[in-house]
Amino acid sequence: MSFRGKVAAVGVGLAGIGEAPGLSHLDLTAMAAKQALDEAGLSFSDVDGLFAANLQNIFAPLNVGEYLGIRPKLSEGTQIGGSSPVAHLIWAALALDAGLIDTALICYGSTQRSVAGKLLSPSTSEPLIYEMPYGPRYPISSYALSTSRHMYEYGTTREQLADVAVAARQWAALNPDAFMRGPLTRDEVIDARMICDPFTVRDCCLVTDGAGAVVLTRSDRARDCNREPVYLLGAAMAHWHRQISQLPDLTQTCASETGPRAFEMAGLKPAEIDVLELYDAFSINPIMFLEDLGFCAKGEGGPFVENGGIAPGGRLPVNTNGGGLSCVHPGMYGIFTVIEAIQQLRGDCGDRQVADAKTAISHGNGGHFSSQVTAIWGVQETL
Amino acid sequence: MPHPLPEGPDERYAAYLAEGRICIQQCGDCQRHVFYPRLFCPHCHGSSLTWREVSGKGTVYATTVIRQRPDKGGPYNLCLVDMEEGVRFPGRVEGPAPEDVKIGMAVAARIKQEDGNPLVVFDPS
Ligand SMILES: [Zn+2]
Repeated sequence: MSFRGKVAAVGVGLAGIGEAPGLSHLDLTAMAAKQALDEAGLSFSDVDGLFAANLQNIFAPLNVGEYLGIRPKLSEGTQIGGSSPVAHLIWAALALDAGLIDTALICYGSTQRSVAGKLLSPSTSEPLIYEMPYGPRYPISSYALSTSRHMYEYGTTREQLADVAVAARQWAALNPDAFMRGPLTRDEVIDARMICDPFTVRDCCLVTDGAGAVVLTRSDRARDCNREPVYLLGAAMAHWHRQISQLPDLTQTCASETGPRAFEMAGLKPAEIDVLELYDAFSINPIMFLEDLGFCAKGEGGPFVENGGIAPGGRLPVNTNGGGLSCVHPGMYGIFTVIEAIQQLRGDCGDRQVADAKTAISHGNGGHFSSQVTAIWGVQETL
Repeated sequence: MPHPLPEGPDERYAAYLAEGRICIQQCGDCQRHVFYPRLFCPHCHGSSLTWREVSGKGTVYATTVIRQRPDKGGPYNLCLVDMEEGVRFPGRVEGPAPEDVKIGMAVAARIKQEDGNPLVVFDPS
């Protein structure tokens, strides 16, 4: 089964990036959805497939559909953590290709910053009884444990981790929408307040408000929309565990499975990808995903990112919006990997635009390195 | 006709712990050890899991320090320990300063009363 090139993104929207006092997560979701539909030249009444998961509604498709006045023929609310909106692409593509729906709206919104502490908390709604007595701080402590092992096995350094955060900030400085754009040095990352060894506060994603939306349709219909379509060339998901104590090798995630499957569907190799958007909840994440997705060998992610390797002008453009580390991270970041990939392939990105970008990857991560979803995008000529 | 329910594996584990025994399961089909406790083997999906006491010997597989503020109790260790039987326990090494807990360190399990419940913690060995 392949849906290569069968569906395309025809509109994206962002709202409330950073801080959005006075607005609810549904308000922000609606603003992003409206923008995405306007871009496409479509309206809410065209949406017959609704894809939503968030941290403020257990039955997210119901709340979002009700607010937007959408009565979908099909909805999908897979909740596997921050990767969920990327996973929704797969279900949307299948439903569109099968003719069950004609227009899919994938949307996410959160007021995590404004309502600090009032989100659905996985650690209270779902106690993980064998880990919780030791006082883990989810999710950071799980990523920290993984990082300790990566440093032990491969000699990944504190400086290399810092360089991931520095690169994100340098991209953010080129993005007027990014929340944190001021200069940031390697030493400032390392000398910041230690939260959970080896992570300082600057190794950690932001806590912001924000919403994003993407409209997809079948490729034949996409050509009638306002904006040039960006085609979904391949996508794959996997999960191996919920708790970090159940992942056999803490230096390898199931992105090592989703990458090859997504590349196979797309008919591409890592070397043929122009732009990478890799879910960076913590500074270790891009290092791990560059390895697991096949952009470098296992253990070489640290040297790959060192000294500006993924910064503007580096060897590979990664997290060109500034990522979850410096642009936006409202609880679940996945949708923003999708939006930035699409905007890069449409040439919308101004100062941070990657020249001649024809292919891009959106990689979502959820839980504690638990769920991984990879999507590969291309412009018309890649079909 | 009513079907008898099996004993809950979480309750069985806790009951052993209350008796002062750290027990894990072993699969009668693939012989691998299983932790956390389950009704089916996650490796081969067999259902013939039996309980056995661990040796208590383990090695630190991964470690971190949670930098809790001093007024809230101060920093503490969180780690994962690979037990001799091949299962991995979440835990904490007590004794050394939290940042002195190192990957590869040999440790021994001990049952401690914490917040009124028995809990497995580790000491350097
Ligand atoms: Zn078995």
